[in-house]
Amino acid sequence: MPKNKELILQVKDIHKSFGDKEVLKGISFEVHKGETKVIIGPSGMGKSTLLRCINQLTIPDKGTIWLRGQEVNHHNARQINQFRQKIGMVFQDFNLFDHLNAVSNVEIALIKVKGMKKQEARDKAMSELQKVGLVKQAFLYPAELSGGQKQRVSIARALAMDPEVMLFDEPTSALDPELIGEVLGVMQKLAQEGMTMVVVTHEMGFARSVADEIIFLERGRILESGPPEKLFYQPEYERTRKFLFKLTELYGDIKGYHKR
Amino acid sequence: MINWQFFLEILFPALQEGFLMTIKLVCWSIPIGLVVGIVIAVGRVYGNIIVSFFCKAYIVFFRGTPLLIQLFILYYGLPSLGIYLSPFVASVIGFILCSSAYHAEYIRGAIQSVKSGQILAAQALGMSKISAVLNIVLPQALRRAIPGCSNEIIYLIKYSSLAFMVTCIELTGAGKIVASRYFAYTEVFLVIGVIYLALVSLVSKLLNILEDRLAFPGWENKK
Amino acid sequence: MENLMVVYEALPFLLQGIITTLGLVLSALFLGFIIGVPLAIGQVFASSWIKKIIAIYVWFFRGLPILVLLFLFYYGLFTMIGLNLTAFMAAVLVLGLRSSAYQSQIFRGSIQSLGKGQLMAAYSLGMSKGKAIWNIILPQALRISIPGWSNEYPAMLTESAITYAIGVMEILTRGNFIASRTYLPMPIYLTCAIIFLLLSYSGMKLLHLLEEKVRMPGFEK
Repeated sequence: MPKNKELILQVKDIHKSFGDKEVLKGISFEVHKGETKVIIGPSGMGKSTLLRCINQLTIPDKGTIWLRGQEVNHHNARQINQFRQKIGMVFQDFNLFDHLNAVSNVEIALIKVKGMKKQEARDKAMSELQKVGLVKQAFLYPAELSGGQKQRVSIARALAMDPEVMLFDEPTSALDPELIGEVLGVMQKLAQEGMTMVVVTHEMGFARSVADEIIFLERGRILESGPPEKLFYQPEYERTRKFLFKLTELYGDIKGYHKR
Repeated sequence: MINWQFFLEILFPALQEGFLMTIKLVCWSIPIGLVVGIVIAVGRVYGNIIVSFFCKAYIVFFRGTPLLIQLFILYYGLPSLGIYLSPFVASVIGFILCSSAYHAEYIRGAIQSVKSGQILAAQALGMSKISAVLNIVLPQALRRAIPGCSNEIIYLIKYSSLAFMVTCIELTGAGKIVASRYFAYTEVFLVIGVIYLALVSLVSKLLNILEDRLAFPGWENKK
Repeated sequence: MENLMVVYEALPFLLQGIITTLGLVLSALFLGFIIGVPLAIGQVFASSWIKKIIAIYVWFFRGLPILVLLFLFYYGLFTMIGLNLTAFMAAVLVLGLRSSAYQSQIFRGSIQSLGKGQLMAAYSLGMSKGKAIWNIILPQALRISIPGWSNEYPAMLTESAITYAIGVMEILTRGNFIASRTYLPMPIYLTCAIIFLLLSYSGMKLLHLLEEKVRMPGFEK
């Protein structure tokens, strides 16, 4: 654990139920500056819900979220909006704004939320698109982009807000296999450049090579967590080992990803 | 202060007669309009060039011109050609012509949405084209057309008020006469409004039930 | 021959009605749009009792015949509250309010057809609900609404003739005036009908051109 680094995000004892189904039963963890945390676990077990609780798209029943030592109070709409600007989110199904071309998707929040001048926003948006390698596609509409390109635009859109931390909610699950690499590549580059990230994914190759810590979420609780080496080679629980084994089998060879 | 005497002794008896006339108008126009609409739609899709063109012109004319003009032509115009219609008959004919054009357009769309393979399959079984249309295509198309046709029926109930413009005293007309005699427009037309709302709501409930009854597996999501 | 002469002489008088008819139709459509959009937003995003009020409004204006609405408002309610309107103004208001009820249902359907993800993404960028609706939801919903909305024009056009009943000097009212003078109703009414057909046809053509203009990838019919 890089204890000397600044604390960015604290998740404290988050509980959430839908009806009588409790999907989160007290989740706590911390994210320091420049860290990448990867959350894994069986489907339908509240991983997405956890991410949404962090930026309050879903309001937790109990527990608190702290960003740089400031508690997020969900009763204050304005504060939430401020807070969400500092937390970038990338969705499984992209959620690009379909009526705006790529560059407008990236700049709209700069203009409408941050109040940036149009030209300034355009420049910023173009440089974000350059980071994800999509300058040529800047004036295409979402309907004209491939899935991988859409997801890269949505990453650029979140990055443009200069977030403190980025949340990725299964960013490659809706993509055709051959398009997954380009998105993971962008994410890996981000991590190397020191972006703070929380990633929900099934891509074990990515988890192993990029994550500082892997959190294994099961039945609403953190079953175990630790650096990739520990979880892959010396897991405390048999269930963790089995799950990782199955995922690696399903989603391909780990070493293959390294070489890319 | 509400003048109950006015409502009970003057307005309601007058409206009662008007209401019955409205019902009579609607009961004649709806079924005949539907049948004519089906015929026009079939002619439009399956007729030869001349029939198809005629049906198209029919649809364009009666949908594209105000119903009120159609009624005026029937009631005030035809006598100059020696044809005299009573206000009631002129209204019913006008309603049939206009609503059948709208029905035809809905049904045409529905017919065209039935896959062409259905007719081929029927013909492969030895059905004639007419028989295939009647037994295979229409039953499917009509179900699909129900939402649109229901809408048209609701419109027709409301449009029946236009009969008053050619002196057929139905609900609206009966109300107008009382309202102008006693200068009580707000009260009278609020009452009439409630009656129309009740009638329209009741009929659309019934049509919804009909739609559910006629649905069968595989059709729910195609509405 | 004599009939044609009558029509020819009456034509300028009839054509003046086009200005009234189009003025009435366009004003009412505009009013219906201005009121219909907030109604639609309210029906999707507002609190439940506001939704209920809007639902009653829509039910009321969609459930009553135009003729009844015209009589109720022009002779009744407007006078009662001391509003002294010309027949034309009253007709614009009544047709506009009524159209807002219909238009709101078109827009509401479009808003609801947008996925929840659009709103989520907007929130995740720090947009408030108002900004998200204005910048993200409405522009998309309005585009999706165009084909449905286009049908409002011919509908409103044919319905506008009913304002004859309160004496608005539109095409049919003028036609009636001439018909009763000349005792030649048939050619006059047919001329009126043709004028309406032409207005309807040319309007639809224009709307289609507009549709082409604002078309963009991902929003094809």
